[in-house]
Amino acid sequence: MMNALQLKQRFMRNLDPVLLAALGGFALVSLVLLYSASDGNWVRVLGQLGNIVVGFVALWVVANMQLHWLMRAAVPMYVLGMILLLLVLTPLGVNSHGATRWLNIGVATIQPSELMKIAVPLMMAWYFEKNEATLTLKNYFVATLLLLMPIGLIIKQPDLGTSILIWASGFYVLFLAGLSWRIMIGSAVAAVASAPFLWSMLHDYQRHRILMLLDPSQDALGKGYHTIQGMIAVGSGGILGKGYLNGTQTHLDFLPERTTDFIFAVWSEEFGLIGNLLLLGLYVFVIGRGFIITANASTYFTRLMAGSITLTFFTYAFVNMGMVSGILPVVGVPLPLISYGGTSMLTLMLGFGMLMSIHTHKKLVKT
Amino acid sequence: MNRNVELKNHQREIFYFRLRLVLSLGFVAVMLFILLARFFYLQIFRHDYFHTLGESNRIYVVPIVPNRGLLMDRNGVVMAQNYSGYTLEVTPSKVSNMDALITDLSKLVEITPKDIKRFQKLLSERQALETLPIRSQLSDDEVARVAAQRFRFPGVEIKARLFREYPFTDVTSHLIGYVGRINQNDIDQLEDDDSASNYLGSDYIGKTGIEQSYEQELHGTTGFEQVEVDASGRAVRVLSRTSPQSGNTLVLTLDAKLQQVAEEAFGDYRGALVAIDPANGEVLAFISKPGYDPSLFIDGIDTETWDELNNSPDTPLNNRALRGQYPPGSTFKPFMALTGLHFGTRSPSRTISDPGYYMLPGSRHQYRDWKAGGHGSVDMFKSIVISCDTYYYGLATELGIDNIYSYLSRFGFGKKTGIDMEGESSGLLPSAEWKMKRYKQAWYAGDTVSVGIGQGYNLVTPLQLAFATATLANDGVAFQPHLIKEIRRSRGEPLLTESRQLFDLQIDPEHMKLVKSAMEAVTKPGGTAAGAGAGAPYRMAGKTGTAQVVAMKQGEKYDAKRLSEYNRDHAWFIAFAPADKPRIALAVLAENGGHGGTTAAPIARKVLDYYLLGKLPKPLQTVSEKAGAEND
Repeated sequence: MMNALQLKQRFMRNLDPVLLAALGGFALVSLVLLYSASDGNWVRVLGQLGNIVVGFVALWVVANMQLHWLMRAAVPMYVLGMILLLLVLTPLGVNSHGATRWLNIGVATIQPSELMKIAVPLMMAWYFEKNEATLTLKNYFVATLLLLMPIGLIIKQPDLGTSILIWASGFYVLFLAGLSWRIMIGSAVAAVASAPFLWSMLHDYQRHRILMLLDPSQDALGKGYHTIQGMIAVGSGGILGKGYLNGTQTHLDFLPERTTDFIFAVWSEEFGLIGNLLLLGLYVFVIGRGFIITANASTYFTRLMAGSITLTFFTYAFVNMGMVSGILPVVGVPLPLISYGGTSMLTLMLGFGMLMSIHTHKKLVKT
Repeated sequence: MNRNVELKNHQREIFYFRLRLVLSLGFVAVMLFILLARFFYLQIFRHDYFHTLGESNRIYVVPIVPNRGLLMDRNGVVMAQNYSGYTLEVTPSKVSNMDALITDLSKLVEITPKDIKRFQKLLSERQALETLPIRSQLSDDEVARVAAQRFRFPGVEIKARLFREYPFTDVTSHLIGYVGRINQNDIDQLEDDDSASNYLGSDYIGKTGIEQSYEQELHGTTGFEQVEVDASGRAVRVLSRTSPQSGNTLVLTLDAKLQQVAEEAFGDYRGALVAIDPANGEVLAFISKPGYDPSLFIDGIDTETWDELNNSPDTPLNNRALRGQYPPGSTFKPFMALTGLHFGTRSPSRTISDPGYYMLPGSRHQYRDWKAGGHGSVDMFKSIVISCDTYYYGLATELGIDNIYSYLSRFGFGKKTGIDMEGESSGLLPSAEWKMKRYKQAWYAGDTVSVGIGQGYNLVTPLQLAFATATLANDGVAFQPHLIKEIRRSRGEPLLTESRQLFDLQIDPEHMKLVKSAMEAVTKPGGTAAGAGAGAPYRMAGKTGTAQVVAMKQGEKYDAKRLSEYNRDHAWFIAFAPADKPRIALAVLAENGGHGGTTAAPIARKVLDYYLLGKLPKPLQTVSEKAGAEND
């Protein structure tokens, strides 16, 4: 018979208590903030609690996996993801709000692009690990293809937010894998140079849509409404905020999407600049821990994977806060670990599970 | 060896990896700094701006329109009031197909062609975002029917509002006037007066009559409610409220019953009557006949009815009492007599011999007396009693136009009385200077002759003549004619209008006595108004007059039967009573009424009888009976 202490040690063996504490902090912030954002709707709060519990279970499972299991999963996951993405193009795809992102699998609808958030960097890291000894330019080219194929399919859906996040996670793998500066700078220059040509290829309505992304005040009641109301919520929060449950933008329905993509505006309005600094601090803490785990990771694969997970998490947060505060166009990225939603919570927790696994299994791999 | 190289490579690899990791860290730091800078910018530097935007998002200021002040007569009889009712209103900017909407609506509530015409007129004059009434005074049934179907009609709403009501309708239309919808002119005017903010939410403003001239007193002060609204514009709660302050109640100097008696006394005649209390200038009755139904104008009048009113030969929209200008005719004679006495031109006892005409020295042109063959020997007293024209032809010639002008202008002839109503006409008291200016012609002796009997260039308004009569009745002491006796404020003490003495002509009491006794004799047997004065149990003084509408040729005889109705002479009568201590002075004009003594004087008698004795010529219908009778 194990006593309680042993049980606890057994349970916690593969978890990083520092990271776990920070994630617990996020869970608390998410529930408290959702209560306000949903106007005291307990269904929403309890739903999110369920998402969090599922997320932590997934985290625990992944954290307890051996790393070679993860590596073995890379190819099947990627292939499965690609197949599902292709199936979205068939009549099995479900259209909603003018975008076909979901797949009807009979019992439920799933969003294959979410799976790819994990599968793409995993596949790329696996590929680099596989060819570690003999890396040539060709390998970087193949890895880039592995990245661009799913992104092409996801942009077509269209889903700009997910595309950006997957692109970022793949780019971080390429960057950390040592992609030469010349190629990176060359591609960037080529992209900038080809922009006017691409612009001339666009239809008027497409140009209009892009301009609207850049200047929301052009369409204050339409697409620009989200950004403007978000900025009003953030700006009117001031230094100390309007107080918990007292945000007028939030509670009088001016803020759209306030339990999901615009939940940061709720936080900003009610807790002000002080609240923003605290929340940023929490993100910085998690990212810092991620960097330490990455720096200490033992294999090429784990280094690339840990680095990509950490940087993608940061990108997630940056894009969301940037879009709510009006420095980035509205692209539909939730605030990581806080916005309401099971899928994004699960994907993120899987990532953190891998980080913990990388952290705790490093010695095992080495031997 | 091989292993060594591998190890070296491995370390180099780790080194390069960590270098890139540090670069990533730098990237993260830069991005975080950008976010922080953005938060500082939004939440500190632009906080005030966004705070304002946020507040204007959620706070709406809703004006609360004050209740318009009531109008009542000197005895408390209500002459303008408000009642609540429902209107069906349309916001044209929210409606794409107006014709289809009207067709659909008319299946639910009755919408007459007149309503539609009126609505279309409003539509052509509307301001952006305005809502316009298409039907007023909906029944409870109609309200329920529309409310149940409202979802089908975006831009249509039922509004509960206060309506203005004028219980005396056409009897007081020219006095009280009416309110109407605020138009662009009104808005410009309000903006000039800096009072536009007090009219937020108000739909109506006084357009004519007392409603117009006392607009500031009647409107009241608009209240405001700060309301918190959600994104869909629904009010969530009231944040603060400044109550509106109702308009002030105006107590008129008018006697509503006297007004009714006077109006009915006219019978079918068109005309005007103004009665004034000589001791203080209070206007007791103010009639211009025909009147009109002021309620037609409140929500805009339809073009057809407007044309009908505007083109009617009876000109019901013309305020005759205030703006109608007529030759005073023989009512001018008592004033001429006072002028003659003032300048000592004629002593009362001097008699002239009247052959039935007057000729200027050295001229063969005959100025005829109204009585062929003349009145024989006539002194000043008799000249008034029998209204001898020849006497005044001569008197005017002897006085000269300059004396006539200088003295009679002091009575207020040719000048506005300054009554508290807009649009008054000034009449005309001719002078040599005026004629030169107007016609570029010298004044001829012949011009003076006809001035003497109140013809020629002379023009007076009924109000002016009533005012002059009141001044005469009050021995030359004139008080400002006014319509408002008291302003009852919704807060604070009532404000009583003080009688304001305008001037004192300091007329010799002997002169006064002569003219007044002659005017009293006018209503006695032998006088021109003997019939109207017969049996009066009080001392009644008056003077008849006849104003020519078409001029007679030399030698032509006036024959009423041969003239079309509208070309017949106007009948005048001025009066005051009791003669020794006048309580009321008035001027009556019966258009195309012929002789003053036969048509105008009896009207005056009925008014005096009621005012002095409380005697009704016949039982008056109450207001509600009258309204009921009209609907039958």
